[in-house]
Amino acid sequence: MKLKTIIVLSTALCVSAVGLSAQEAKQMEQLQQQLRQMQEQFEKQQELQRQQIEGLRKQIEALQKNQAAASSEQEKVRQMMERPIAAAPPDTAAGLGKKPWRPTDPLRVFGGQQSYMNISFDGLFAMGGSTARDIEGGTQLGGHDPTQRGFTLQNLELTFDGAVDPYFRGQANVVLQIDSAGETIIEAEEAYLETLSLPGRLQLKAGQYFTEFGRHNPTHPHTWGFVDTPLVNGRFLGGDGLRNLGARASWLLPTPFYSELFFSVQNGHGETAHSFRNGHEGGPFLGRLHTVNRVTSPGDFIFTPRYAASFELTDAQTLLLGASAAFGKNGSGPDARTQLYGVDAFWKWKPANHSGGFPFVSWQTEAMLRKYSAGAFNWDLNADGILDPGEQDGDGDGVADILPRELLTDYGFYSQLSYGFRPGWVAGLRGDYVTRSRQAVYEALYGDDADRLARWRVSPNLTWYPSEFSKIRLQYNYDRRDRVGTDHSLWLQFEFLLGAHAAHKF
Amino acid sequence: MKKQFFLLAVALGLSATSAHAKLNVIATLPDLGALAAEIGGDKVSVTTLARPTEDPHFVDAKPSFIVKLNRADALIEGGAELETGWLPPLLEGARNAKLAPGAPGRVRCNQGVQLLEVPTTLDRAKGDIHAAGNPHYLMDPLNAKIAAQTIADAFAQLDPKSAEVFQANAKKFAATLETKLAEWQKLLEPFKGRHVVAYHNSWPYFSQRFGVQVDLFLEPKPGIPPSPSHLAGVIAKMKEEKIRVIFVEPHLNRKIAETVARNSGAAVVEACQFPGGVKGTEGGYIQMMDYLVHTLAKALADK
Repeated sequence: MKLKTIIVLSTALCVSAVGLSAQEAKQMEQLQQQLRQMQEQFEKQQELQRQQIEGLRKQIEALQKNQAAASSEQEKVRQMMERPIAAAPPDTAAGLGKKPWRPTDPLRVFGGQQSYMNISFDGLFAMGGSTARDIEGGTQLGGHDPTQRGFTLQNLELTFDGAVDPYFRGQANVVLQIDSAGETIIEAEEAYLETLSLPGRLQLKAGQYFTEFGRHNPTHPHTWGFVDTPLVNGRFLGGDGLRNLGARASWLLPTPFYSELFFSVQNGHGETAHSFRNGHEGGPFLGRLHTVNRVTSPGDFIFTPRYAASFELTDAQTLLLGASAAFGKNGSGPDARTQLYGVDAFWKWKPANHSGGFPFVSWQTEAMLRKYSAGAFNWDLNADGILDPGEQDGDGDGVADILPRELLTDYGFYSQLSYGFRPGWVAGLRGDYVTRSRQAVYEALYGDDADRLARWRVSPNLTWYPSEFSKIRLQYNYDRRDRVGTDHSLWLQFEFLLGAHAAHKF
Repeated sequence: MKKQFFLLAVALGLSATSAHAKLNVIATLPDLGALAAEIGGDKVSVTTLARPTEDPHFVDAKPSFIVKLNRADALIEGGAELETGWLPPLLEGARNAKLAPGAPGRVRCNQGVQLLEVPTTLDRAKGDIHAAGNPHYLMDPLNAKIAAQTIADAFAQLDPKSAEVFQANAKKFAATLETKLAEWQKLLEPFKGRHVVAYHNSWPYFSQRFGVQVDLFLEPKPGIPPSPSHLAGVIAKMKEEKIRVIFVEPHLNRKIAETVARNSGAAVVEACQFPGGVKGTEGGYIQMMDYLVHTLAKALADK
């Protein structure tokens, strides 16, 4: 009984063992089959790669042959040149493709793929006149506006740009001007480097650059739709715009639409920091003399946050909205600060079958608010208690005035419409308005300040672009200033551009 | 045994194709987009920036394009300065290392293409001439074949797991193109040497391949709008040489072409460089060339 059981058991075990080994064998077979398949696949790939290598080898051979052909052509040219009467080489290389450079060819010093740097030179001029007697700084607030009757050189701009290395892009704009007295001046308008591919959708920019405040401020005069700078920009950001040495970070937000945050930190002093720590060349500004030191603490910087977002309204319409602010000290007192706020909008319509960018309609508007906290100021400049020449006595009490600390609020906007109605032709219309919120204490003493009084302006214009590289523009300004009256100005602007044409930003 | 083991490991490594994301590809122009879609198949998603009907020289650098480029794995561009007026600020804003010049994701389709009309002197008095040569090189199907291979190689490098698919698609595309090319050449064979007028000089590659001479232009110089005196000269020449066909692309002024056609007894033929530029060409590059060749052959035969 026991024995039988054992036999049965062992048989059963054996059988199951056999079964197991049969299963194993099957698995082995499957594995081997897989291996065979993989081997086949591997060999197939090897074959493919071999073919690719062969193809590449053939390409190299073909290229070498081409080169040989080109050098024999060079030889021909050399022989031709050596003949007593040299035949002129053909003017165009049509059908021949690119030939190696020969000493008779011109050197290409600019242009997209042929050099390390794009160079361009832009000349922007105006001629015309105005009924105003105070054109420079009166009717025309911009440093690159027409400044006098007759001819004005608005700017001669040299632009250099290109990739510095795999990490940075560099740009510099050097501007030459001839001022109304005939003196040539030179401006280091912009010179900055910008990172190309930081992680985290970030970008850094450092150097001298136009602050990204609003839409008009960061742009150069030859890209403007009008002859002159808008009044709000001239009044709050200064004739040359807000620009200074500094650094800026921007972050492209992970939104489905375009939206970007900018934050800029720049030196707060100098004439390109108009509403900030600007000495105003020693003269009075907003009733006070301004004293300005170099940067002594982080509080002396200008801080400029900006947010911009864009939406595709339809296939042919794009909207770009922005909000900016700028904060910093001003030179009217130890704790005097300026706050600037701005909102901007740009809308453009361009149909799906435009030719050369025409037709199009674009509308651009910016509004700004400035809160200038002006410090207390004692006009008794040498503190001797006596009214000396150069000291102010607005109330006529025989003693130099003492101005209280006060908050000066000003605001304004411009709105402009451009209509590219046929290739090369653009009609434009702009409206400007700037004003103060109320009369300041210093204005009650010395009279209303032309830098704060309400004024408005309407400017129709017509521009003809013979090509992308030149333009002629006629603009009329109807200018209405409180306490001053109405002025009419007519300007004819012309521009030429040599060298690389910078691509248009939206 | 060791070898088998090694093979197994390699094969396992190769076949570990768990579901992976599609390549996010941006093409600057619709012809490049069509080639990219042809090669990438369902392994890539292609977004094209320019619209097929618009002037490729003057595309607006819309901010939404910055977002698209920021998220892209690859950018397919012509590389011959056609996009130079709008692409640089977009790339500057996109801050995408994958699209940096020289990066595998930056695909320039002019590689290996012989550009025609490379100016020996750069002089803008001759109009807006591209320093790198005429950029409309995809009008020659053989250049499209080169570009398709460039795209396939770039995709294969970016997504090695789908390399075979890309190469197979390129091979298939090239084979179809070659068959078609023979057919197209046969169709245009009877018109070799015949002249055709075009609005803009986008056709030297087409002329070279098919022997039809597109060599008289309504624009006096590239990018310079037609003047009445120039048009009068064109009309006189058309009558003299019995030129019967005017090519007009969708973004160019059809009215001017029609006036010239009326005065010279020619026919205006709707042409396009980009799939989708003319109705019935949305299907891709081959369909577009098919349309062009057939329409041209018909127009030349009619007169």
